[in-house]
Amino acid sequence: MSRLNINKTYKLYIGGKFPRTESGRYYPVYNKKGSLIANMCLASRKDFRNAVVAARKAQGSWAGVSALNKGQILYRIAEMLEGRRDQFIEELILQGSTKKEAETEVDLSIDRLVYYAGWSDKYQQFFSTVNPVSSAHFNFTAMEPTGIVSAVAPEQQGLLGLVSVIAPVIVGGNSIVILASEGKALSAISFSEVLNSSDVPGGVVNILTGKKEELIPHIASHMDVNAMIYCGDDQNKIKSIQELASNNVKRTIIYKKSSWNDSNNESPYFIEKTLEAKTTWHPVKV
Amino acid sequence: MLTDLSKIPTYDTLGVQERVERFQKRSIKKSSKTEGLRKILSMIDLTTLEGKDTRGKVEQLCYKAMHPHDALPELPTVAAICVYPSMVGVAKNALKGSSIHVASVATAFPSGQSSLKVKLDDTRFAVNEGADEVDMVISRGKFLSGDYNFVFDEIAAVKEACGKAHLKVILETGELETLDNVRKASEIAIQSGADFIKTSTGKIQPAATLPVTYVMLDTIKDHYLKTGKMIGMKPAGGISTSKLALNYLVMLNEVLGEKWMNKNYFRFGASSLANDVLMQLVKSETGFYQSANYFSKD
Repeated sequence: MSRLNINKTYKLYIGGKFPRTESGRYYPVYNKKGSLIANMCLASRKDFRNAVVAARKAQGSWAGVSALNKGQILYRIAEMLEGRRDQFIEELILQGSTKKEAETEVDLSIDRLVYYAGWSDKYQQFFSTVNPVSSAHFNFTAMEPTGIVSAVAPEQQGLLGLVSVIAPVIVGGNSIVILASEGKALSAISFSEVLNSSDVPGGVVNILTGKKEELIPHIASHMDVNAMIYCGDDQNKIKSIQELASNNVKRTIIYKKSSWNDSNNESPYFIEKTLEAKTTWHPVKV
Repeated sequence: MLTDLSKIPTYDTLGVQERVERFQKRSIKKSSKTEGLRKILSMIDLTTLEGKDTRGKVEQLCYKAMHPHDALPELPTVAAICVYPSMVGVAKNALKGSSIHVASVATAFPSGQSSLKVKLDDTRFAVNEGADEVDMVISRGKFLSGDYNFVFDEIAAVKEACGKAHLKVILETGELETLDNVRKASEIAIQSGADFIKTSTGKIQPAATLPVTYVMLDTIKDHYLKTGKMIGMKPAGGISTSKLALNYLVMLNEVLGEKWMNKNYFRFGASSLANDVLMQLVKSETGFYQSANYFSKD
């Protein structure tokens, strides 16, 4: 007996919940042969605004989670992803990857999460310094999260690119609102299911699907966002992002790379990009 | 004298919910939204009712009331500052020279569990300190046990103690259980001399809700049609977003009409609503979503 396929409804991931876009709009995603594989939510600026509110709410307590526990949670994401390895490979193939590419991408994504999980209780020692000063002070610099990071994920490598951007941001105690790859958006939303079952507090990672053209001005200009990551090489977009981000002196981080496979895409310096250095002068007895 | 309460209309909860849902579906954009937001700002009773209130906190709030956000020109100020009786003098002094009223809660707020004498003294103290408006609470226990005349007499006595000050009567709808009770309490409050009826103290959950406010507006409307006298309305507690406040305005307009759309007849009891409204106003001015970091604390 034949049965009907049950297709997944791809929704957004905001504040630990899976809402549809408030705008009610959708956009179709096609495979290489041109047949429809899914309708994705076409997120509006209001969805983005709601995601920022959720991210702000979550950030303070996430930053307060101990380094050890943050590492455990990132490792947990890797575990959950490993358990759904086959599903993600299948989904990447559906979106146009070859079997080999898909396997590599999922494996690297899992390994990348484990990599950053390991850095959780180490980056602070790595970047912090004790500074020589000529007065009777103990002068030291420690790293703190920037706050809320908005991001535009790489268009290629819908899973690995997304994971490579998210992991270093959240391990540093930030929360993130990320716009998924437009054409390879399915893996991003499936990845949010992984996040949702990995003890990541709701609101720490928020994933939207939609059009870059429409959302980037808001992602770049929102006054309550403290840093923005843009993955891509569109010079006009980069210019306008930098202009809009200057309104609240948002840190802007641009990644122009087209592949996230190499091991040079893993480094504690990716964590450092969304950290702020705080220097303290502590008086000492002369 | 209290009229026969067995003759007042009753409410179908589901029907009220359906009606209220329709108010939330109106699309208010661009210039009408800006206009609505400015109106909301002018109707706010900026409130601080905490045991830890200090002179400094109240003075800061008064400054905020007079200068909501100086970066935006020609903003209306809020309608009033709402404080405990002991802070009325401080607020009155801080607001000198402005047209902002000082409202004081009284009558053993928030529970109202005290003797009539204490309640009246509380009220007189607030008025003597300079309160322009008094927010009293009704005795919910007496109301729920059916002693309506007691509630009526108590409100009438407080009204008398208020003198020239306006009286807002808090029904504390979160403790009244049913919409019919809300209607009944509204009737009693209006008949015993309330200038405003108010939903909640803000200390009990649920505080103001759209259905409860709808029933109270409906009571005000019936009273107006019967006597021609306009009573004011003040939802308070839990209204912290501009969107929700706009829904309240829509309801006000559709139930009572334009005559009520000003601070003389409608108030929002709120603390964090003001900043949300300001953030929305700046957003519509600049096009950029705002952050609370760039607005003074409320």
